[in-house]
Amino acid sequence: MSNKKTANNQSLLEIKDLKIEGFSDEFWHPIIKGIDVKLQRGEVMGLIGESGAGKSTLGLAAMGYTQPGCRITGGSILFDGQELIGMSEQRKRKLWGTRITYVAQSAAASFNPAHRLIKQATAAKIRAKISDEKSAKEDARELFKTLQLPEHNTIGDRYPHQVSGGQLQRVMTAMAMSPRPDLIIFDEPTTALDVTTQVEVLAAMKDIVKEFNTAAIYITHDLAVVAQMADFIKVLRYGEEVEQANTRVMLDAPEKEYTKSLWSVRSINKKEEKSDDIILSLKNINASYGGGIKVLDDVSINVSRGKTLAVVGESGSGKSTAARVITGLLPQQNGQILFNNIELSKTLRGRSKDQKRQIQMIYQMADTAMNPRQTVGEIIGRPLEFYLNLKANEKERRTIELLELIELDETFIDRLPGELSGGQKQRICIARAIAADPEVIICDEVTSALDQIVQEGILKLLMKLQKEMGITYIFITHDISTVKAISDEVVVMYQGEVVEQGLKSQIFSPPHPEYTELLLSSVPEMDPDWLSNLISSRN
Amino acid sequence: MTDQPDTYSAVAEVAYKRVRRSRWNRMKLGLSKAPPTAWFGMIVILLYIFCALFAPVLAPYGEAEIFPEAFATWSPEFIFGTDQIGRDILSRMIYGARNTVSIAVATTALAFLIGGTLGLAAAINMGWLDQLLSRLVDVLMAIPSLIFALVLLSIFGSTVTNLILIIAVLDSTRVFRLTRAVSLNVVVMDYVEAARLRGEGLGWIMRREILPNILPPLIAEFGLRFCFVFLTIAALSFLGVGIQPPTADWGSMVRENASLIMFAQYDIKAGLTPLLPAGAIALLTVAVNFVVDWFLQKTSGLRDEQ
Repeated sequence: MSNKKTANNQSLLEIKDLKIEGFSDEFWHPIIKGIDVKLQRGEVMGLIGESGAGKSTLGLAAMGYTQPGCRITGGSILFDGQELIGMSEQRKRKLWGTRITYVAQSAAASFNPAHRLIKQATAAKIRAKISDEKSAKEDARELFKTLQLPEHNTIGDRYPHQVSGGQLQRVMTAMAMSPRPDLIIFDEPTTALDVTTQVEVLAAMKDIVKEFNTAAIYITHDLAVVAQMADFIKVLRYGEEVEQANTRVMLDAPEKEYTKSLWSVRSINKKEEKSDDIILSLKNINASYGGGIKVLDDVSINVSRGKTLAVVGESGSGKSTAARVITGLLPQQNGQILFNNIELSKTLRGRSKDQKRQIQMIYQMADTAMNPRQTVGEIIGRPLEFYLNLKANEKERRTIELLELIELDETFIDRLPGELSGGQKQRICIARAIAADPEVIICDEVTSALDQIVQEGILKLLMKLQKEMGITYIFITHDISTVKAISDEVVVMYQGEVVEQGLKSQIFSPPHPEYTELLLSSVPEMDPDWLSNLISSRN
Repeated sequence: MTDQPDTYSAVAEVAYKRVRRSRWNRMKLGLSKAPPTAWFGMIVILLYIFCALFAPVLAPYGEAEIFPEAFATWSPEFIFGTDQIGRDILSRMIYGARNTVSIAVATTALAFLIGGTLGLAAAINMGWLDQLLSRLVDVLMAIPSLIFALVLLSIFGSTVTNLILIIAVLDSTRVFRLTRAVSLNVVVMDYVEAARLRGEGLGWIMRREILPNILPPLIAEFGLRFCFVFLTIAALSFLGVGIQPPTADWGSMVRENASLIMFAQYDIKAGLTPLLPAGAIALLTVAVNFVVDWFLQKTSGLRDEQ
């Protein structure tokens, strides 16, 4: 398309020895410690690493942009031969949105709710006077079609809240593609999507990057996704490069120990165990919010003692609602819940303190599950005091024991949640649940907000605790690889109904009901050809 | 595996740990960065508090001590002259700090106790209680508060207790609104749900889970509300239904000496006399606002680009 702009031997983007610092607590801390990037036209670079590794900061720096509170302290960023560091804001604005574009993680938070989609998708192009409004809109409709958006001719006239999350993410990709940029930065564009939607968005992005020979930086923590998208992969840790290699080489034979440990995450596989000892059973549960549409429709689930039951389904399938019914937060309309063969009251108020203690919950977002003004000691200590009447010294001793159980140590006791990493936060939440000495723990998407390597740590911890304490888990997730890793039994839910329930091996071996089939086949695999094979087989 | 620094360990995860400082050190650090306006505000407030505490020592004469000469001019004997029945203006100014400020503080505190508790309860309940209280507050807010206070004070009589109660109730409506609004953002957090699931009572959820998280806007509102209460009391006193003589109070002092302003063309100092208590009111209001501004900027996390 626009190859005329550069000679072939020159890289489109060349970052040399880049150093970025962030300001916090009155000091400048290094975030990026000297990273080199070389990206040719039409190449896709995958950028992976755990949170805090500096992936997003590096991605933004490729546009010559730093977030407030950050500063570039050294190195150079050459985009198409022009130095971006020290370039005036005005000149950078000419590049942004036209030659370099950006696709953010949360499309829903990035669109202006007051404007129609097509207006936002064409704004940059019209501002830069690349084309007039009419042809820009026509082109946008074409792109919507390429991205397989439904009703591509009229969908642009809708407002952001009138389309689904997956569609919005595709509109954003169309927005980024519309000026035919030389470089696109994708910052975790599919993390917030269901697997079934993710496949479509990934395929669309891959096609469009190839079609227009665009260079791209693809930031993600999902290795299987990056395997589909990238030509080569760069692994970051602590703001430094761990290694970089061609995707296939990297997948087959990673060199560094750290990379190998990233790769090994998907290798956990719990041996399923059968048990007939039912601890909790839901019988013909119907539930709805405010008496409206049924969110749960005649749901019956049995949970075996000391085992892990995974509840899978996409968003809106009713799996979290089921958890709310079990905990008593949402009284069911009919049906009953039996816990150790005793019927539980519908409402939280009607249950005894001991019944509340027996069923504990761990949340998806550890950030919001802990009071930011309470220290770790207070958070873990409260259930000890509340349920078990432990006081002063005893309480502190048990808190330290629990911290050691979750593989942290007593130095954490007076930290506030803001001083913990994502994985540590989730561990504290686990400790809080364990502190009550429960029989059942409901884990609501506990690993989906975490990086893969941290996920592995959390899953291993949960399995260890189960083995030691015989706890029963109800594990709600949309991630099939997590299900494979830890479950004994599986329940598949779709639109408020149970599609299938059975042992893991039964669910994962054919024949499947139609929905299970779609769900299972949509899970990305660590094979670079997986996506193309899947798309061709579905067509 | 865990021995190698290259692999994963939970303790070594990247987290940003704050430097531990004692409360005293944090305060010193905060103060050293305070802008001049905040310093001005704090010094003025401290001076007022000093005056209020040591009024009997500082004032040259008694609060209601009457001298034969009414409307005396400024002189070494009566620094700011005397009022319409011959009381020393300076002494009454100093005693006024004690009366007006302490009544305003008590009223604001009571308004926060009522409005804050009900606001929190409404936010947590989110059902009939919320509806009931919110509509009640709407009704109270629909009536102009100064006129409403005037009516109520004429019915119940202008005692200090009535004054505090009536203004506190009227002002608590605004505190209720703010508390409810900021609490609603916190109530939906998972940690509040977790506390509920644990079986915690309303009191615990209010005090331990929600209150610490909404404190900064409430403290800022306390400062601003104090200014409004203070001005309301002064206005009511000016109208004659506030603090009653012989208790010294700045609002009534303005009223009593207001006529002096007409003599400014003959004696500029006499004209200034009614402006002195008015100035005292204005200065304290400005000072409190400066401090609140600084506090808000500090806690809202809105910092200027480094």
